[in-house]
Amino acid sequence: MTIARREYDFQAARKRLEDKAKSAGEKLTTIEEAVARVKNGDHVALGGCLFSRTPLALVRALLRRRPTGLSLSRNLMCYEGEWCMVAGAVDKIVTSWMGIGLPWGLSKIQREYVESGRVPMEEWSHLALGLRYRAAAMGVPFLPSLTMMGSSLVDVGGSKIIDCPYTGEKLLAVPALFPDVALLHVHRADRLGNCQIDGYPHMDADIARAAATVLVTAEEIVSEEEIRLRPDRTVIPGFAVDALVHVPFASYPHECYGLYDAEPDHFSTYVDGINRHGAAGVQAYLDRYVYGPATHGEYLALFGEDTLTEARRRGIELVS
Amino acid sequence: MSASGNGVSANELLAVMGSRELKDNSTVFAGVGAPMLASGLAQRMHAPLLTMVIEGGIVGPRWKPGSLPISTNEMRAAYRAQMLPGITEAFLLAQRGFLDVGFIGGAQIDRHGNLNTTAIGGSYDRPKVRLPGSGGANDIISLCRSVIILTVHEKRRFSDALDFVTSPGWLTGGDARRKSGLLFGGVGRVVTTLGVFGFDAESRHMRLEALHTGVTVDEVKANTGFEVLVSDALTKPPTDEELGILRALDPARQFL
Repeated sequence: MTIARREYDFQAARKRLEDKAKSAGEKLTTIEEAVARVKNGDHVALGGCLFSRTPLALVRALLRRRPTGLSLSRNLMCYEGEWCMVAGAVDKIVTSWMGIGLPWGLSKIQREYVESGRVPMEEWSHLALGLRYRAAAMGVPFLPSLTMMGSSLVDVGGSKIIDCPYTGEKLLAVPALFPDVALLHVHRADRLGNCQIDGYPHMDADIARAAATVLVTAEEIVSEEEIRLRPDRTVIPGFAVDALVHVPFASYPHECYGLYDAEPDHFSTYVDGINRHGAAGVQAYLDRYVYGPATHGEYLALFGEDTLTEARRRGIELVS
Repeated sequence: MSASGNGVSANELLAVMGSRELKDNSTVFAGVGAPMLASGLAQRMHAPLLTMVIEGGIVGPRWKPGSLPISTNEMRAAYRAQMLPGITEAFLLAQRGFLDVGFIGGAQIDRHGNLNTTAIGGSYDRPKVRLPGSGGANDIISLCRSVIILTVHEKRRFSDALDFVTSPGWLTGGDARRKSGLLFGGVGRVVTTLGVFGFDAESRHMRLEALHTGVTVDEVKANTGFEVLVSDALTKPPTDEELGILRALDPARQFL
């Protein structure tokens, strides 16, 4: 496998950024308008990690547009990757690991789509993928690292080993990954797109700097003054954000640190549908949870007020 | 497994034997399941000054008994943590040399401690079985000072030849690991449900160090797809104190 030049072309990525308005103005918009910026064939990077702070509302809105030919990258890919496979939205998955977690076993959808050659999975180590975003965030074409050498991941992945210009030792030159679009979910932002994240930061801040277009949902929209009172908490500057949407429970039924807990039982029901019906189980899930609800409110109503309140209670308890 | 005959489950055995490999005043990169239980047990037995670092970008959590994490990236994994630096940052602590021990598991392991969690059969592009992938395993085995592999001991896992080296142990043995560019670390121990294994210092060939109580060398040979160097030494069985601590950490036996 060779890595597409556009993934690490730092000069092209820089030009794209220079040519773009970097406004300190209003970023609030609707989720439909936000995802309309994603074009078929784009490389879309997702924030969060596994079932934590996944930008699920943006993924659902994107899938409702029936996109095709996307490359999808995420450090640990949860079942949103399966949705994109079954929806016919992706040509490539880039990740270090795919599944939900130990209790749910191997992803049958990943197996079906990758083993048949329908959707290739490009695998990197967790750190290597993090460094791909980090290199892009730094505006450089690669970063040296001591990881992944000696493994088959180097042989199949197209990454290169270089000699250190100072010590002569071997180093892995981890290529930058400049996504076309970043989909992120954060705890709070002001209407100008200055974003704050609580708890574990995952790789979101790097992804926001790496991508050409940055789409964000926030649990809460706060005043500009509130951001200015705690600027140390801001991890993504407003000028890096293209569109911002206020979506409480945007990651649900995945977790959002300190705000709501994940729903393992919901994951089990989802996997049970796959165990019984294969990809048709995912399709049925998409019909009910992705294509069905006309609004985010209708989506949340599928879970019910009591379930959300309970997830909120557990989420607060886990950080208290 | 015969070692489980005395009411000790496979994961309890792995957690107890894994915990005994951890030293006080040190650091461990630990994942969910047996590794986290091993680390939690060591902290409560002989290593109170052991710090855990977790893949989700978590330093020094103090997990709540009965509320253990199912993922390295969820709030239970971060419970009462001392620091949440981010995922890339957590691995860079290992690259810098801060992590003494790393725990990993794997679907397939060979005589040199290489692991495959990527693909079995066919080719990388069209595998017969696509496994989940490296996650952080490759980074942990590449960057920590020493790695302990915790695994159930089955013939299908202990394989003569791997289809894919996701996580490099001693590669083809000798100095192959160093020559590949991996200047640090390596696999120190393989702790299985049958015994504890090390590696010959020259050939880097897997060697049985000690059998668990009730296990025979023949049983090890029968469950290993390659020739293993043997020993008659025995591990000390899990004590009531160790098992009591583990069962208090995980009263619902979610991971035990």
